[in-house]
Amino acid sequence: MNTLVLTVLTLGVLGILLAVILYFVAQKFHVEEDPRIDDVEKMLPGANCGGCGFAGCRAMADALVTRDNISSLFCPVAGGETMKSIAGFLGKTAPDKEPMVATMRCGGTCQKRPKVNHYDGTLNCAVVNTFYVGESACAFGCIGYGDCVDACKFGALHLNTETGLVEVDPDKCTACGACVKACPKGLFELRKKWPKNRAIYVACRSKNRGAVVMKACKAGCIGCGKCAKVCAFDAITIDNNLAYIDPDKCKLCRKCYNECPTGAIRLENMEPLAKEPKVANTPASDVVAK
Amino acid sequence: MNTFPIGGIHPSDNKEWSKDKAIEVIELPNEVLIPMIQHIGAPATPIVQKGDRVLTGQLIGQATGFVSANIHSPISGTVTAIDAYPNGQGQRRIMIAIKREGDEWLESIDRSTELKRECNLSSKEIIEKVKDAGIVGLGGAQFPTHVKLSIPDGQKAEMLIVNGVECEPYLTSDYRNMLERAEMMLTGVEILMRALNVERAVIGVENNKPDAIAHLEEVIARDNYRGIEVMPLKMRYPQGGEKQLIAAVTGRQVAPPPALPISEGVVVSNVSTAIAVYEAVQKNKPLIERVVTITGKHLGSTHNFLTRLGTPLNSLLDLAGGLPEGDVKLLNGGPMMGRAIVDITGPINKGCSGITILSGKEAARGKENVCIKCAKCVEACPMGLEPYLLSKLAKLQKWDMAEEHNTIDCIECGCCSYTCPSYIPLLDYIRIGKQTVMTNIRARATANKK
Repeated sequence: MNTLVLTVLTLGVLGILLAVILYFVAQKFHVEEDPRIDDVEKMLPGANCGGCGFAGCRAMADALVTRDNISSLFCPVAGGETMKSIAGFLGKTAPDKEPMVATMRCGGTCQKRPKVNHYDGTLNCAVVNTFYVGESACAFGCIGYGDCVDACKFGALHLNTETGLVEVDPDKCTACGACVKACPKGLFELRKKWPKNRAIYVACRSKNRGAVVMKACKAGCIGCGKCAKVCAFDAITIDNNLAYIDPDKCKLCRKCYNECPTGAIRLENMEPLAKEPKVANTPASDVVAK
Repeated sequence: MNTFPIGGIHPSDNKEWSKDKAIEVIELPNEVLIPMIQHIGAPATPIVQKGDRVLTGQLIGQATGFVSANIHSPISGTVTAIDAYPNGQGQRRIMIAIKREGDEWLESIDRSTELKRECNLSSKEIIEKVKDAGIVGLGGAQFPTHVKLSIPDGQKAEMLIVNGVECEPYLTSDYRNMLERAEMMLTGVEILMRALNVERAVIGVENNKPDAIAHLEEVIARDNYRGIEVMPLKMRYPQGGEKQLIAAVTGRQVAPPPALPISEGVVVSNVSTAIAVYEAVQKNKPLIERVVTITGKHLGSTHNFLTRLGTPLNSLLDLAGGLPEGDVKLLNGGPMMGRAIVDITGPINKGCSGITILSGKEAARGKENVCIKCAKCVEACPMGLEPYLLSKLAKLQKWDMAEEHNTIDCIECGCCSYTCPSYIPLLDYIRIGKQTVMTNIRARATANKK
């Protein structure tokens, strides 16, 4: 009994003594930190994804508070609204950025891009990329082992086992850019996010000549240039046998989609134009999606 | 008997399939594809145009910079295209396509077969000739030979080591060269010794090739090749690695990169390269052909072909009875370090010492399991690295730590993956780590220069 009392007493006294010492040490070595950093950190999404270029949300909050000009800082996860409210809270001007979404630019499904060899090694795109081009004959297409799916912290990517391609869920995507870095073939691009998740883009990265593309994949861009000719907004450029739709110039008129002979241009959450578009009685402004 | 001090494995050598097949000269290909990069360094620049007529041995690709190599036309005919074609791995590279018309050689090339031993050229002249002939290491690494022979100021070569180890299973092209073209090879070694100003050359040969050792010793004694000796080495993979061979022959260890073998006073060259040097210096013949082994248990017939560079792989396969039925794995090289071939229309290049054909069953990998910390990979690593750790760091993308643990010293011999009882693809990940760390180091170096 005596031992018990003694132990409790000793430890209790020791605890109080150390607490008092710690209190004074904390007072003495207190680091003056802007309290706003904590507030800003709370306003940020707390995903610690690194999409802003900083190590985590705390580092971003620190930069937002301490830098005078925050126009170059942007949290892709939080988006423009949150950035505006943070800027308002800090009394600074917010960067004006449109919401973006990751886009996977390969349309070579298992059906359209037949396999020409069998791979039974490590199922990792980066590993495959060190050996050879992949199981299909296309050197630019999706390898399909999902390095990007592993890299995505928001569950926005998933591998469709039927098509063998990775698909993006635009509602979950925060445009942090992790997939852009993870893909060894450079298939991802952060593009402007249209309302209702509409999108139009060239789902191909093949820089090969048309004949070579056709042999490897039925959904590839052959660089014929028909889309560029029909585009009224100069949004489409052909470089190295590959068409590219500039999201800043594109008005979603979908003329190029109808022209594309291989179906390399992809529409999302939109109906294609009728085969005979009534151009005569449709003013250009109505064609533009709102 | 000598061998290298640490690591190494004993895969079954499987050389019996093709070792008794004499070198056959095959018919000239009707069409060839000549890649502009068949060496380590900058790609060569094409100096011919579509429609040009070229002769055998004519320069068609000019080396760009010092670490690069010239490329010559292996046949005579017309250039039909300069375009990107797929190589064996399916990657598209700039290649020159030539359609054969007859067989006309450049006049300067001596096509006689008798041995020309006398060589009075200076070291500089020899290196210049080697450079013009576009000679690269024919053992597989394809490092330009003239770079190796140009010894930096302040350093001196003491000896030449000739690599006749051929530790890679299945391959027998170096072995056949040593047996059938020993005189040419030894004269090439003499020329290399002259270029390096060394008195001593050691030919390292593994003891699974006793007839090659005996034959070389006999020729050396008979024809009085002074300063050249044959050293039998205890069979062990990867003895043919440059650093392993130096350690086996001299007992000295080359410091980690950026130190080169020359820092230990040694230059290493392959036996097939020595033959190419002989032909370039004595016969003015550029590097346009090489010996390629076609081998595999399930192949109709195995061969050692003397083939012109640029010959499509499938024409060699046809001569060997075509592809066996069922799933097969084709390798450019042997089963340890060879690269899988997915496109058999690709050409034979300077570094292709053999094509190994394995059945799907032989090539199958075991199912990956967890690491049981048995340290077999550490024991097997000939560079004294920790493969399990490097692989894990690469998987976790901890590039800085991978660099600290010397991932760039890895020679990609594959001993770790071979020996792993859990079938972990260690080398696959280490290779990614090595590439990324190399890129980081280069980026840092350029940033520091600015």
